Amino acid sequence: MDFSYTDEQQMLLDTARRFVGERYPFEYRQRVRDSAEGWSRETWLRLADLGLLALNVPESEGGLGAGPIETMLVCNALGEGLLLEPYVGSAVVATSVIAELGSPHQRQRWLPHLASGEVVALLAHDEPDSGDDFARVQTRARREGEHWRLDGRKSQVYHAPAANLLLVSARTEDDVLAVFAVPTNVPGVHLAAQKTVDDQCAANVHLDGAQVEADARLGADAQGALRNALDAGLAALCADAFGAMDKAFATTVDYCRSRTQFGAPIGTFQSLQHRMADMLMRLEEARAMSYLAASACSHSDLAERRAALAAAKALMGQCARHIGQQAIQLHGGMGMTDELAISHYFKRLIAFEFRNGSTDQHLRDYRKQLRAA
Amino acid sequence: MNLNFDSQQLAFRDELRAFLRDHLPADIRTRMRDGDHSHIREDISDWQKILHRQGWGAPAWPKEFGGPGWSKPQQYIFDVECALADAPEQLAFGLKMVGPVIMRYGNAEQQQRFLPRIVAADDWWCQGYSEPGSGSDLASLRTRAERAGNDYIVNGQKVWNTLGQFANWIFCLVRTGNGGKPQQGISFLLIDMRTPGVKVQPTRLLDGGFEVNEIWFENVRVPMGNLIGEENRGWTYAKFLLGHERSNVAGIGAIKRELLRLKQIAARTQGETASLLHDPIFATRIAQVEIELRALEIISLRAMFEAERNSAPGPEASILKTRGTEIRQRISELQIDALGEAALTIAPRIDDDTPRAMLDYLNLRKLSIFGGSNEIQRNIIAQRILGL
Ligand SMILES: Cc1cc2nc3c(=O)[nH]c(=O)nc-3n(C[C@H](O)[C@H](O)[C@H](O)COP(=O)(O)OP(=O)(O)OC[C@H]3O[C@@H](n4cnc5c(N)ncnc54)[C@H](O)[C@@H]3O)c2cc1C
Repeated sequence: MDFSYTDEQQMLLDTARRFVGERYPFEYRQRVRDSAEGWSRETWLRLADLGLLALNVPESEGGLGAGPIETMLVCNALGEGLLLEPYVGSAVVATSVIAELGSPHQRQRWLPHLASGEVVALLAHDEPDSGDDFARVQTRARREGEHWRLDGRKSQVYHAPAANLLLVSARTEDDVLAVFAVPTNVPGVHLAAQKTVDDQCAANVHLDGAQVEADARLGADAQGALRNALDAGLAALCADAFGAMDKAFATTVDYCRSRTQFGAPIGTFQSLQHRMADMLMRLEEARAMSYLAASACSHSDLAERRAALAAAKALMGQCARHIGQQAIQLHGGMGMTDELAISHYFKRLIAFEFRNGSTDQHLRDYRKQLRAA
Repeated sequence: MNLNFDSQQLAFRDELRAFLRDHLPADIRTRMRDGDHSHIREDISDWQKILHRQGWGAPAWPKEFGGPGWSKPQQYIFDVECALADAPEQLAFGLKMVGPVIMRYGNAEQQQRFLPRIVAADDWWCQGYSEPGSGSDLASLRTRAERAGNDYIVNGQKVWNTLGQFANWIFCLVRTGNGGKPQQGISFLLIDMRTPGVKVQPTRLLDGGFEVNEIWFENVRVPMGNLIGEENRGWTYAKFLLGHERSNVAGIGAIKRELLRLKQIAARTQGETASLLHDPIFATRIAQVEIELRALEIISLRAMFEAERNSAPGPEASILKTRGTEIRQRISELQIDALGEAALTIAPRIDDDTPRAMLDYLNLRKLSIFGGSNEIQRNIIAQRILGL
């Protein structure tokens, strides 16, 4: 057992935090939010320069080949900074899918470009009817000569308008779960984008006879790799949420130290002190579960891994709600404004609760594997 | 003891339902149902005028000031039925706040000048209490009014003025005296917002909406005739008003409406084996909140019953405000929980419950903050009810 970070891990965390502090202050973030695109390519290239987009690219492709703990630390910092760019989606999930499934040629073709920031790739996997079963995919892939033809619908692909490459899961004619690299400018790919509560964007993706070349199929049976990538992404999302909770909490404590009413800082009122003590306890629970998620997300025992991740997401969702609500409450009217960062932490945390399976869904997953002994 | 409305009251309810069905314009009802505030100014005004024509413009006012002379149970039934019908909420600032203060403490001239215009929706009032440095600790407010001949000169800043961007009048607490307890030097002043030196700036809230404002006063001349009652006695009037603001403070009608909406969402959302309305876990949560609402309604009716006998509402209002807002916020949580991932997206155009549920969730965090935060309410309960 060891809860310390290696020197390299600490350096990585420092790098990511320095980036947020120097290059991604809240005012800058709000300008990006208000821009037409809603995210910043400039920031994306900066993350590439710092090597952060190469974190999950294998060393054989010139990346850092780092693991889930490193990913957790970087995502902590990006959550603290309320990052609008699709880090988890592209640099963790999509990068992992290609790294695990791609042939050497495909990996060479995509990974260096993901690391350099030229390509933003996102996994388009969930469907309107997928429910709790991650392998339930109705999108069809049919071979037509030298091409694959894709038909189906994908739901709520976070950040989709920012992507130039979608990794689309589909069932082939022999009912194998496969993944295809689909550039977003291919005819037959339609995005219907909607704003999400956290000022980001999610799109429903319609594939209407979208045609890609034969080489677009990544690997053969993709089920295992998809599971791995989604689990790595879930742990990363938890880390991002922890960063946001941590910052929301610290900001609230600071506010209660400085806001004066009735001639005293409101932080001296015992009822609010207890409230912050409760928040701290939930924060520590969240930290613990974020550690659990990072440690378990690459576990080879799938049942154990799934249970750990479900536990982490379920409890962290509850912590996120508690901390978010209390953070607003303790800020009083100021907490309701768009101007202060605190409402944006609140919104990021409410989005976290529902992304990649809601708290209720993960509780259900966990419940299903309970055993008497 | 009898917890039920009598047959006359039930007949009154049916009369209201028929009226709402026939007279609440469909477009207004739709916008309110969808949480669409794009026409909020017209919607509130138009609805007020319709009610006024019917003689119901000021449900809680006595006949002599243009009210229908309804009993408290009738007013309660009116509030509930209007909320259930998705009618716009009547503007409280004139009808429930400054109106009763003018009736009680204003002079005859002020009563004639202001009261009819409130009922007829000719004036739009907003409330100018809070300041940047004075929220929960309202008595520390610093906006000053200095005498200059027959006028006051007002300087200072107010914040969080709900719908103040549409207002032509604001009632303010201002400091006129020095020394003594902070409560002692406060006066209650009515200010015409078209007076030179008044500046209004809407504040964007976390749901993207603009419902509150900052208001600056720079050497604003206010005739002394706009002072309510006596100088430096404003705190007394404000306290009276806070009691009034709290009639049907629990907001039972809106809670009932949102509970229904929750059940509708649950009924059309697939759970593990059945719809969420029949999902053992989710339905239990709905049952819990519905049961809490039943208790709150009885507490509310009892408080109303007592108030009708003893006139001034007491500190029980704090119980109603706290529980009412907690239950309303809980229902809002359950709405987004029922929607699950679908709650995430917020469409620019609103055409079903989905975006509204999330925007409501964000917006309704205000309920436990304003009108005396729930922490302050608990302080009041501990101090005034328990005497601790
Ligand atoms: C949407 C909205 C609409 C509003 N509309 C109006 C309006 O129309 N007119 C108007 O005048 N005002 C309005 N208000 C202002 C509202 O009344 C204040 O926000 C409220 O009084 C709280 O003050 P504050 O925001 O300064 O918070 P603060 O008083 O700074 O409180 C911050 C936190 O500290 C807590 N706290 C403060 N003192 C204590 C204590 N002694 N013990 C325990 N906890 C304490 C509070 O409960 C809160 O959680 C509105 C506010 C909002 C959010």
